Amino acid sequence: MDLDRIENLVEKYFEGETTIAEEKELQTYFSSEDVAQHLEQYKAMFGYFSSAKEQKFEQKIPFLAKKRNLAWLSIAASVVVLLGMFTFYNYNMNQNQDLGTYDDHQKAFEETQKALNLLSKNVNVGVQSMEYVNEYQESKELIFKN
Amino acid sequence: MNQLEFVNLITPFKDKVFRLAKRLLVSTEEAEDATQEVLVKLWDKKQGLDKYNSVEAFAMTMTKNYCLDQLKSKRASNLQIVHNNFTDRTPLMQQQLEDSDSLTWVEKIINELPEQQRMIVQFRDIEQYEFEEIAKMMDMNETAVRVALSRARKTIIEFMTKTHSYGLR
Repeated sequence: MDLDRIENLVEKYFEGETTIAEEKELQTYFSSEDVAQHLEQYKAMFGYFSSAKEQKFEQKIPFLAKKRNLAWLSIAASVVVLLGMFTFYNYNMNQNQDLGTYDDHQKAFEETQKALNLLSKNVNVGVQSMEYVNEYQESKELIFKN
Repeated sequence: MNQLEFVNLITPFKDKVFRLAKRLLVSTEEAEDATQEVLVKLWDKKQGLDKYNSVEAFAMTMTKNYCLDQLKSKRASNLQIVHNNFTDRTPLMQQQLEDSDSLTWVEKIINELPEQQRMIVQFRDIEQYEFEEIAKMMDMNETAVRVALSRARKTIIEFMTKTHSYGLR
Protein backbone atom coordinates (compact mmCIF):
# COMPACT_ATOMS: atom_id res chain seq x y z
CA MET A 1 0.00 0.00 0.00
CA ASP A 2 1.10 3.51 -0.76
CA LEU A 3 2.84 4.87 2.32
CA ASP A 4 2.24 8.50 1.39
CA ARG A 5 -1.44 7.82 1.17
CA ILE A 6 -1.48 6.15 4.59
CA GLU A 7 0.42 9.03 6.17
CA ASN A 8 -2.01 11.44 4.60
CA LEU A 9 -4.97 9.42 5.88
CA VAL A 10 -3.54 9.25 9.39
CA GLU A 11 -3.26 13.01 9.43
CA LYS A 12 -6.83 13.41 8.24
CA TYR A 13 -7.91 10.78 10.72
CA PHE A 14 -6.73 12.75 13.72
CA GLU A 15 -8.56 15.81 12.47
CA GLY A 16 -11.76 13.78 12.29
CA GLU A 17 -12.02 14.22 8.56
CA THR A 18 -11.73 10.69 7.26
CA THR A 19 -14.71 8.80 5.87
CA ILE A 20 -15.78 5.35 7.04
CA ALA A 21 -14.18 3.82 3.93
CA GLU A 22 -10.87 5.53 4.61
CA GLU A 23 -10.94 4.49 8.24
CA LYS A 24 -11.51 0.90 7.19
CA GLU A 25 -8.52 1.21 4.92
CA LEU A 26 -6.43 2.39 7.86
CA GLN A 27 -7.66 -0.49 10.00
CA THR A 28 -6.70 -2.99 7.33
CA TYR A 29 -3.28 -1.43 6.96
CA PHE A 30 -2.56 -1.42 10.69
CA SER A 31 -3.73 -4.94 11.20
CA SER A 32 -1.34 -6.18 8.53
CA GLU A 33 2.11 -7.51 9.31
CA ASP A 34 4.24 -4.91 7.60
CA VAL A 35 3.52 -1.59 9.25
CA ALA A 36 6.20 1.02 8.64
CA GLN A 37 8.47 1.63 11.62
CA HIS A 38 7.47 5.24 12.17
CA LEU A 39 3.75 4.33 12.08
CA GLU A 40 4.08 1.51 14.59
CA GLN A 41 2.74 3.70 17.40
CA TYR A 42 -0.74 3.73 15.81
CA LYS A 43 -0.96 0.00 15.63
CA ALA A 44 -2.32 -0.59 19.12
CA MET A 45 -5.05 1.96 18.71
CA PHE A 46 -6.45 0.46 15.54
CA GLY A 47 -5.84 -3.00 16.88
CA TYR A 48 -7.96 -2.19 19.88
CA PHE A 49 -10.78 -0.82 17.76
CA SER A 50 -11.10 -3.98 15.74
CA SER A 51 -10.81 -6.23 18.80
CA ALA A 52 -13.40 -4.20 20.71
CA LYS A 53 -15.87 -4.82 17.94
CA GLU A 54 -15.70 -8.53 18.69
CA GLN A 55 -17.28 -8.27 22.11
CA LYS A 56 -20.65 -9.92 22.19
CA PHE A 57 -23.66 -9.82 24.43
CA GLU A 58 -23.73 -13.48 25.33
CA GLN A 59 -26.66 -13.62 27.70
CA LYS A 60 -29.94 -14.95 26.47
CA ILE A 61 -32.92 -12.69 26.50
CA PRO A 62 -34.62 -14.28 29.46
CA PHE A 63 -37.50 -11.89 30.00
CA LEU A 64 -39.47 -13.27 27.08
CA ALA A 65 -39.36 -16.90 28.16
CA LYS A 66 -39.82 -16.09 31.83
CA LYS A 67 -42.96 -14.08 31.25
CA ARG A 68 -44.55 -16.84 29.23
CA ASN A 69 -43.81 -19.53 31.80
CA LEU A 70 -45.26 -17.40 34.56
CA ALA A 71 -48.43 -16.88 32.57
CA TRP A 72 -48.87 -20.59 32.02
CA LEU A 73 -48.14 -21.32 35.64
CA SER A 74 -50.76 -18.89 36.87
CA ILE A 75 -53.34 -20.23 34.44
CA ALA A 76 -52.68 -23.76 35.65
CA ALA A 77 -52.85 -22.68 39.28
CA SER A 78 -56.14 -20.87 38.86
CA VAL A 79 -57.64 -23.84 37.03
CA VAL A 80 -56.66 -26.10 39.91
CA VAL A 81 -58.15 -23.71 42.47
CA LEU A 82 -61.37 -23.36 40.51
CA LEU A 83 -61.71 -27.12 40.09
CA GLY A 84 -61.08 -27.60 43.79
CA MET A 85 -63.73 -25.07 44.73
CA PHE A 86 -66.20 -26.58 42.30
CA THR A 87 -65.84 -30.15 43.57
CA PHE A 88 -65.89 -29.02 47.19
CA TYR A 89 -69.10 -27.10 46.59
CA ASN A 90 -70.72 -30.01 44.79
CA TYR A 91 -69.71 -32.43 47.52
CA ASN A 92 -71.24 -30.23 50.19
CA MET A 93 -74.43 -29.87 48.19
CA ASN A 94 -74.86 -33.64 48.02
CA GLN A 95 -74.22 -33.95 51.74
CA ASN A 96 -76.92 -31.40 52.46
CA GLN A 97 -79.44 -33.20 50.35
CA ASP A 98 -78.73 -36.49 52.13
CA LEU A 99 -79.57 -35.09 55.56
CA GLY A 100 -83.01 -36.63 55.17
CA THR A 101 -86.43 -35.22 55.81
CA TYR A 102 -89.65 -37.08 56.66
CA ASP A 103 -92.61 -36.75 54.40
CA ASP A 104 -94.99 -37.98 57.10
CA HIS A 105 -95.56 -35.47 59.90
CA GLN A 106 -96.50 -38.13 62.45
CA LYS A 107 -93.36 -40.05 61.76
CA ALA A 108 -91.28 -36.93 62.02
CA PHE A 109 -92.82 -36.15 65.39
CA GLU A 110 -92.12 -39.68 66.64
CA GLU A 111 -88.59 -39.55 65.46
CA THR A 112 -88.01 -36.21 67.14
CA GLN A 113 -89.51 -37.51 70.35
CA LYS A 114 -87.29 -40.54 70.17
CA ALA A 115 -84.27 -38.39 69.73
CA LEU A 116 -85.20 -36.11 72.62
CA ASN A 117 -85.88 -39.15 74.82
CA LEU A 118 -82.49 -40.50 74.04
CA LEU A 119 -80.99 -37.18 74.99
CA SER A 120 -82.85 -36.90 78.28
CA LYS A 121 -82.02 -40.50 79.19
CA ASN A 122 -78.37 -39.71 78.78
CA VAL A 123 -78.75 -36.56 80.80
CA ASN A 124 -80.41 -38.60 83.55
CA VAL A 125 -77.49 -40.99 83.60
CA GLY A 126 -75.38 -37.95 84.41
CA VAL A 127 -77.80 -36.86 87.14
CA GLN A 128 -77.78 -40.34 88.71
CA SER A 129 -74.08 -40.20 89.18
CA MET A 130 -74.56 -36.95 91.05
CA GLU A 131 -76.56 -38.80 93.77
CA TYR A 132 -73.33 -40.02 95.31
CA VAL A 133 -72.47 -36.44 95.93
CA ASN A 134 -75.82 -35.94 97.66
CA GLU A 135 -75.21 -38.95 99.86
CA TYR A 136 -71.88 -37.55 100.86
CA GLN A 137 -73.48 -34.21 101.63
CA GLU A 138 -76.07 -35.88 103.93
CA SER A 139 -73.53 -37.86 105.90
CA LYS A 140 -71.37 -34.78 106.23
CA GLU A 141 -74.29 -32.86 107.68
CA LEU A 142 -75.02 -35.72 110.10
CA ILE A 143 -71.47 -35.69 111.40
CA PHE A 144 -71.17 -31.98 111.77
CA LYS A 145 -74.58 -31.55 113.42
CA ASN A 146 -73.87 -34.03 116.20
CA MET B 1 -45.05 -8.31 16.82
CA ASN B 2 -44.33 -11.74 18.23
CA GLN B 3 -41.22 -12.83 20.09
CA LEU B 4 -39.44 -14.25 17.10
CA GLU B 5 -39.88 -11.06 15.11
CA PHE B 6 -38.68 -9.07 18.07
CA VAL B 7 -35.58 -11.20 18.49
CA ASN B 8 -34.84 -10.85 14.79
CA LEU B 9 -35.25 -7.12 15.08
CA ILE B 10 -32.82 -6.69 17.96
CA THR B 11 -30.21 -9.27 16.96
CA PRO B 12 -28.28 -6.96 14.61
CA PHE B 13 -27.65 -4.36 17.28
CA LYS B 14 -27.89 -5.96 20.70
CA ASP B 15 -24.09 -6.39 20.80
CA LYS B 16 -23.68 -2.72 19.99
CA VAL B 17 -25.99 -1.83 22.85
CA PHE B 18 -23.92 -3.99 25.16
CA ARG B 19 -20.63 -2.51 23.99
CA LEU B 20 -21.87 1.04 24.41
CA ALA B 21 -23.14 0.21 27.90
CA LYS B 22 -19.81 -1.36 28.76
CA ARG B 23 -17.95 1.67 27.41
CA LEU B 24 -19.92 3.92 29.75
CA LEU B 25 -20.41 1.73 32.80
CA VAL B 26 -17.09 -0.16 32.45
CA SER B 27 -18.17 -3.18 34.48
CA THR B 28 -19.37 -6.17 32.47
CA GLU B 29 -22.17 -7.06 34.91
CA GLU B 30 -23.60 -3.59 34.92
CA ALA B 31 -23.41 -3.44 31.16
CA GLU B 32 -25.31 -6.71 30.93
CA ASP B 33 -27.97 -5.41 33.28
CA ALA B 34 -28.26 -2.22 31.26
CA THR B 35 -28.61 -4.20 28.04
CA GLN B 36 -31.36 -6.31 29.55
CA GLU B 37 -33.08 -3.17 30.72
CA VAL B 38 -32.94 -1.57 27.30
CA LEU B 39 -34.22 -4.73 25.61
CA VAL B 40 -37.10 -4.99 28.07
CA LYS B 41 -38.01 -1.38 27.40
CA LEU B 42 -37.93 -2.02 23.68
CA TRP B 43 -40.16 -5.05 24.13
CA ASP B 44 -42.64 -3.01 26.13
CA LYS B 45 -42.67 -0.41 23.38
CA LYS B 46 -42.88 -2.91 20.57
CA GLN B 47 -46.16 -1.55 19.24
CA GLY B 48 -44.76 1.93 18.72
CA LEU B 49 -41.46 0.86 17.16
CA ASP B 50 -42.73 1.11 13.60
CA LYS B 51 -42.76 4.86 13.72
CA TYR B 52 -38.99 5.08 14.22
CA ASN B 53 -37.21 4.83 10.91
CA SER B 54 -34.20 3.35 12.66
CA VAL B 55 -34.90 1.18 15.68
CA GLU B 56 -31.17 0.72 16.08
CA ALA B 57 -30.52 4.45 16.48
CA PHE B 58 -33.45 4.62 18.87
CA ALA B 59 -32.03 1.76 20.92
CA MET B 60 -28.58 3.33 21.02
CA THR B 61 -30.00 6.65 22.20
CA MET B 62 -31.98 4.82 24.84
CA THR B 63 -28.86 2.97 25.99
CA LYS B 64 -26.90 6.21 26.14
CA ASN B 65 -29.56 7.91 28.25
CA TYR B 66 -30.04 4.92 30.51
CA CYS B 67 -26.31 4.59 31.22
CA LEU B 68 -25.83 8.30 31.80
CA ASP B 69 -28.74 8.25 34.26
CA GLN B 70 -27.17 5.28 35.93
CA LEU B 71 -23.85 7.08 36.27
CA LYS B 72 -25.56 10.22 37.53
CA SER B 73 -27.49 8.40 40.24
CA LYS B 74 -24.31 6.69 41.33
CA ARG B 75 -22.54 10.00 41.66
CA ALA B 76 -25.51 11.50 43.46
CA SER B 77 -25.43 8.78 46.07
CA ASN B 78 -21.72 9.43 46.48
CA LEU B 79 -20.78 5.97 45.39
CA GLN B 80 -17.46 5.51 43.74
CA ILE B 81 -17.61 3.69 40.50
CA VAL B 82 -15.49 0.72 41.29
CA HIS B 83 -13.65 -0.71 38.38
CA ASN B 84 -12.89 -3.98 40.06
CA ASN B 85 -14.67 -6.14 37.55
CA PHE B 86 -12.67 -4.64 34.79
CA THR B 87 -11.28 -7.96 33.76
CA ASP B 88 -12.75 -9.81 30.86
CA ARG B 89 -14.20 -13.20 31.46
CA THR B 90 -12.03 -14.68 28.77
CA PRO B 91 -9.62 -17.23 30.13
CA LEU B 92 -5.92 -17.57 29.42
CA MET B 93 -4.84 -14.52 31.34
CA GLN B 94 -1.22 -15.12 30.58
CA GLN B 95 -1.71 -15.21 26.88
CA GLN B 96 -3.90 -12.17 27.02
CA LEU B 97 -1.30 -10.26 28.95
CA GLU B 98 1.28 -10.91 26.30
CA ASP B 99 -0.94 -10.36 23.31
CA SER B 100 -2.98 -7.42 24.23
CA ASP B 101 -1.10 -5.47 26.81
CA SER B 102 -0.98 -2.41 24.62
CA LEU B 103 -4.60 -2.96 23.64
CA THR B 104 -5.54 -2.90 27.32
CA TRP B 105 -3.74 0.40 27.56
CA VAL B 106 -5.84 1.81 24.75
CA GLU B 107 -8.98 0.64 26.53
CA LYS B 108 -7.90 2.25 29.78
CA ILE B 109 -7.16 5.53 28.08
CA ILE B 110 -10.51 5.56 26.28
CA ASN B 111 -12.32 4.87 29.53
CA GLU B 112 -10.60 7.87 31.07
CA LEU B 113 -12.00 10.21 28.43
CA PRO B 114 -15.00 12.44 29.16
CA GLU B 115 -18.25 10.56 28.60
CA GLN B 116 -19.18 12.47 25.48
CA GLN B 117 -15.88 11.71 23.77
CA ARG B 118 -16.01 8.13 24.93
CA MET B 119 -19.38 7.63 23.28
CA ILE B 120 -18.30 9.31 20.08
CA VAL B 121 -15.19 7.12 19.84
CA GLN B 122 -17.39 4.11 20.49
CA PHE B 123 -19.86 5.12 17.79
CA ARG B 124 -17.30 6.08 15.19
CA ASP B 125 -14.15 4.03 15.65
CA ILE B 126 -15.69 0.86 16.93
CA GLU B 127 -19.22 0.71 15.53
CA GLN B 128 -18.37 2.82 12.48
CA TYR B 129 -21.51 4.90 12.29
CA GLU B 130 -21.70 7.83 9.89
CA PHE B 131 -21.34 11.29 11.36
CA GLU B 132 -24.93 12.06 10.52
CA GLU B 133 -26.17 9.14 12.65
CA ILE B 134 -23.81 9.98 15.51
CA ALA B 135 -24.98 13.59 15.48
CA LYS B 136 -28.57 12.44 15.84
CA MET B 137 -27.86 9.94 18.59
CA MET B 138 -25.71 12.41 20.51
CA ASP B 139 -28.07 15.30 19.88
CA MET B 140 -25.16 17.41 18.60
CA ASN B 141 -24.32 18.91 15.23
CA GLU B 142 -21.88 17.12 12.94
CA THR B 143 -19.10 19.68 13.31
CA ALA B 144 -19.21 19.36 17.09
CA VAL B 145 -19.02 15.59 16.73
CA ARG B 146 -15.97 15.86 14.48
CA VAL B 147 -14.25 18.25 16.86
CA ALA B 148 -14.89 16.03 19.87
CA LEU B 149 -13.76 12.96 17.95
CA SER B 150 -10.57 14.61 16.79
CA ARG B 151 -9.83 15.68 20.35
CA ALA B 152 -10.45 12.17 21.65
CA ARG B 153 -8.28 10.51 19.02
CA LYS B 154 -5.45 12.92 19.70
CA THR B 155 -5.67 12.29 23.44
CA ILE B 156 -5.51 8.55 22.92
CA ILE B 157 -2.50 8.64 20.65
CA GLU B 158 -0.73 11.14 22.89
CA PHE B 159 -1.03 8.76 25.84
CA MET B 160 -0.04 5.82 23.71
CA THR B 161 3.14 7.50 22.50
CA LYS B 162 3.93 8.41 26.08
CA THR B 163 3.57 4.84 27.31
CA HIS B 164 5.63 3.76 24.32
CA SER B 165 8.51 6.03 25.14
CA TYR B 166 8.42 4.95 28.77
CA GLY B 167 8.88 1.44 27.51
CA LEU B 168 5.53 0.31 28.90
CA ARG B 169 4.52 -1.43 25.78
